[in-house]
Amino acid sequence: MASGTRPRTPPPALLDATALEALVDALRARGFTVMGPTVRDGAVVIAELTSAADLPYGVGVDTDAGRYRLRARDDRAAFGHSAGPQSWKNVLHPPRALVWSADRTPDGSMAGGEPARERRYALLGVRPCDLAAIKVLDRVLTGGRQADPVYTGRRDGNLIIAVECTEPGAVCFCSSMGTGPGTDDGFDLALTELVDGGEHLFVVRAGTGEGAEILAGLPARPADEGIVERAREAVGAAAGRMGRTMRPGSLPDLLAEARGSPHWDDVAARCLTCGNCTMVCPTCFCTTPEDVTDLTGDHAERWRRWDSCFDLDFSYLHGGSVRTSGRARYRQWLTHKLGTWHEQFGSSGCVGCGRCIAWCPAGIDLTREIDALAAAGAG
Amino acid sequence: MDTVAHAVVPGPAFPVPYRVVARRAETADTVTMELANDDGPLDAFAPGQFAMLTAYGIGEVPISLSAVAVAGGRTRRLVHTVRAVGAVTRALCGAAPGAVIGVRGPYGTAWDLAAAAGRDVVIVAGGIGLAPVRPLVHAVLADRSRFGDVALLVGARTPADLVFRDDLRRWAGAGAQVAVTVDRPAGDWDGHVGVVPSLLPQARFDAGHAVAFVCGPEIMMRFTAEALIRAGVAPARVQISLERSMRCGCGWCGHCQLGPLLVCRDGPVVAYERVAHLLTVREL
Ligand SMILES: Cc1cc2nc3c(=O)[nH]c(=O)nc-3n(C[C@H](O)[C@H](O)[C@H](O)COP(=O)(O)OP(=O)(O)OC[C@H]3O[C@@H](n4cnc5c(N)ncnc54)[C@H](O)[C@@H]3O)c2cc1C
Ligand code: SF4
Ligand code: SF4
Repeated sequence: MASGTRPRTPPPALLDATALEALVDALRARGFTVMGPTVRDGAVVIAELTSAADLPYGVGVDTDAGRYRLRARDDRAAFGHSAGPQSWKNVLHPPRALVWSADRTPDGSMAGGEPARERRYALLGVRPCDLAAIKVLDRVLTGGRQADPVYTGRRDGNLIIAVECTEPGAVCFCSSMGTGPGTDDGFDLALTELVDGGEHLFVVRAGTGEGAEILAGLPARPADEGIVERAREAVGAAAGRMGRTMRPGSLPDLLAEARGSPHWDDVAARCLTCGNCTMVCPTCFCTTPEDVTDLTGDHAERWRRWDSCFDLDFSYLHGGSVRTSGRARYRQWLTHKLGTWHEQFGSSGCVGCGRCIAWCPAGIDLTREIDALAAAGAG
Repeated sequence: MDTVAHAVVPGPAFPVPYRVVARRAETADTVTMELANDDGPLDAFAPGQFAMLTAYGIGEVPISLSAVAVAGGRTRRLVHTVRAVGAVTRALCGAAPGAVIGVRGPYGTAWDLAAAAGRDVVIVAGGIGLAPVRPLVHAVLADRSRFGDVALLVGARTPADLVFRDDLRRWAGAGAQVAVTVDRPAGDWDGHVGVVPSLLPQARFDAGHAVAFVCGPEIMMRFTAEALIRAGVAPARVQISLERSMRCGCGWCGHCQLGPLLVCRDGPVVAYERVAHLLTVREL
């Protein structure tokens, strides 16, 4: 995307890595709950950051199909890791959420409503692929006739600090999905991390007035053309180091034609229908409600939790589930993600983050399944 | 219970309380209920659209309107006909007058009755599928001169499962041909026996100029639509009402997909030609 399509914003600035501390402090001082990457239980997860010291400095990851391991980097990069098991979906569309609560009134009716919004989130360290995933969720959950209040309650008023990717992993393919490794819009601030030769710097661009205002309060200096060019090159080089590639061409057509493909039986023989891929995917949004009452029946609540199209009950109708075989459930997932999503929501449901490949216990890789479906169709 | 203290605000996910003001048993497992909220908090429903009904503390399910009464663009009264098949529908069917039920809506697409103006109308319903077409029958008969021949073909598993018996008699006297069939006869049944499409030959309508509305189990809708098309009805003029698992009614939960359709948003009423190729794919 051409950077010229952005509104004219201040020229890029340069921050020392130590300024991340001031950035987190400034966000907190403005009342934001700052969410960002941090190490927990052997993985880089997304959690509340109380200071920049919580960031995963010097942590890298090794990924492959069915594999995710932390490793020590030989530098102090804060964002030198590719996607972990969580995504911003965990913050904006949490695994379990209260939808509404109600209490019995004296006349026997029920009065209540949805939970009021309590926090404003700053999302720090959003990769371009994950920024694209947030835009996908926006279209799905706010683009219809009624916006989903659980999502908007957490999404509205976000401050987004993107970090361009200079460190793609072996399961990444954002460049073939057109969602990364760089980004030109959708953020308040965008950082590009430069670590070499003992130097640790961030090139910073503001995308909104609020971003510019925050930047103005940080110990920044003007970035000269040379360093801006180095940042651009680092991102450009990342585009060439993706471990995976998604086949070009119309995937909606390929998948619509593949509904009867024998290859689905081949995947089904490997797939455990565990649903891990749907849990880690930053755009998989399906949920199931759970209604509860207290013992008196005078207080009722509706909660909802993530659900998965791999779950047998997912398509349950009186009389039985529509999709009983593993074959039909994998077909639903892949076809929705890469095919029918376009017709439903105007874009692909996949941003190429590679999470579903790394977290599949069977090492199933959607880019290869697409290649196999294409080959089966052609043969 | 996992309870949190929090401020609440009104919003689209919160079911609005309506009170049960009338309840009539249709069959052993099916109840027609009238719900009222004099504030008319919900927008007007059109025939074919559905509401999400909440039995507090138990759950929420999609239920069509079996009659539509609109005053000033607001919904003060709702009529639903519910067949008890599981926890939520059992609770709804058990709600006595005075009980409070949560309602959200209107959701989904409506029957396109305008497409039938000046044409013959064929309405085919199986089982509880008669409920979602009932407001359509009301609308057709209320404006009878706008349409040509009107045929209503109804199927039930057994005579005891037949809903809206009084209505069927009334409609037959109000300008509609009404034919009823059962899968399995019982008692003193001396009517037609067989699947619903087998009623088609005895209905009088000009297939080339007819619009058809079909609601019932998916397999019944497929066979009926195919029979109508064979008889000469244009595939684009056959409307059906789809059923899929629906947990929210407004496109947030992802359950109701049928290929490229989100049935709660793009349906439940769709032109048969739009989905015919999807309905033949097993487990889609
Ligand atoms: C657009 C539309 C209109 C409809 N209109 C009518 C109508 O007018 N009248 C009518 O009678 N019916 C109608 N139905 C059908 C009605 O919605 C279903 O009969 C109803 O949802 C059944 O709910 P239940 O809880 O009573 O039964 P169940 O069949 O037990 O459960 C229904 C839902 O609960 C979930 N569920 C149940 N058990 C489990 C489990 N063990 N694990 C996970 N999930 C579970 C399933 O997702 C299922 O979809 C309509 C359906 C649709 C889609
Ligand atoms: S389908 Fe896989 S690669 Fe695509 S966005 Fe989801 S998790 Fe990432
Ligand atoms: S593809 Fe992999 S992660 Fe997804 S359900 Fe199958 S085994 Fe689980």
